[in-house]
Amino acid sequence: MPSPADTAYMASDPPGMPWLGMALEHKLYPLAGRAAPWFAAAAALLCALALYIGFFRLPHEIVLGEHYRILLIHLPASWMALFIYCAMAAAAGVGLFGPHRLSAMVASALAPTGGVFAFLALWTGSLWGKPSWGVWWVWDAQLTCALLLLALFLAVVMLQTALDDARRADRAAAVLILSGLIALPVVYASVMRWSSAPHGTLLVPSLGPGTLDTLLGGMLVMGAGLIAYTVAAALTRLQTVILERERRSEWAVRLAGE
Amino acid sequence: MAWTNWGDFWAMGGYGLYVWAAYLLALVIVVSEIAVLILSRRSILDHLGLTAHKRRKRAGEVGDDSPG
Repeated sequence: MPSPADTAYMASDPPGMPWLGMALEHKLYPLAGRAAPWFAAAAALLCALALYIGFFRLPHEIVLGEHYRILLIHLPASWMALFIYCAMAAAAGVGLFGPHRLSAMVASALAPTGGVFAFLALWTGSLWGKPSWGVWWVWDAQLTCALLLLALFLAVVMLQTALDDARRADRAAAVLILSGLIALPVVYASVMRWSSAPHGTLLVPSLGPGTLDTLLGGMLVMGAGLIAYTVAAALTRLQTVILERERRSEWAVRLAGE
Repeated sequence: MAWTNWGDFWAMGGYGLYVWAAYLLALVIVVSEIAVLILSRRSILDHLGLTAHKRRKRAGEVGDDSPG
């Protein structure tokens, strides 16, 4: 038996568009379950290939030092953090106009994986920066934005767990995600103005063309692997989120039994 | 390219600590995320399964209590 708050929330879906409401989650649940293992398998294969390229195909590097192999995980992880944030913001944006319950579920399915990659980008970047620049951390535009991304992902996860009222949590998360989308380029541009720390410029001219091609190829394979991993993780988490939110309705119990 | 021996591979030209710290934490954090995903999935499925089971059981008990 749904509580009054749940009933009110269910009833808040746009009238006249029932396919945007519960039906969509109902259809998505088995689809996500079928697709996730394929994405997980693709992720395992692509990441293994990328690691093979990184450790056994990339030539020894005298100028940069062998720690340049860290870049093979560092750059794809940074791309993924930004990419996942954009996907989350797109879901939150769609939620303003249409199926806001499903949008919120997608956002909360993506946020923890985004946090994982933002943290990995910072951690691996620090481990590359210390031997390369001599410092663990500089306040340049990209590092500051990566830190802001991590804080935003954590805030979204904490909002969803801290607020009992799902509707309020969803709204707060959507507002936070969309204001973060505005804050990120503003922070990037303003730090860019007064910081002189060169981020990528140090790297490219000192690499031979063959090395650069292998490095870029490896990073693209790793990027594809991380995208597949993110899709698999988000689909699995989406199923869990759907069941948790719909645990009082009969169809969720039925779906879980299948 | 080739590593002449495994010692060279693990040493990473003197940068082994940085390289392996980066990749080890990446592995640990991804494995932990997968573990959390599996555990939370199992916990909600258990919860729902238990609920359904209890419902059936309750229905069965009601049937037993009925006069007959």
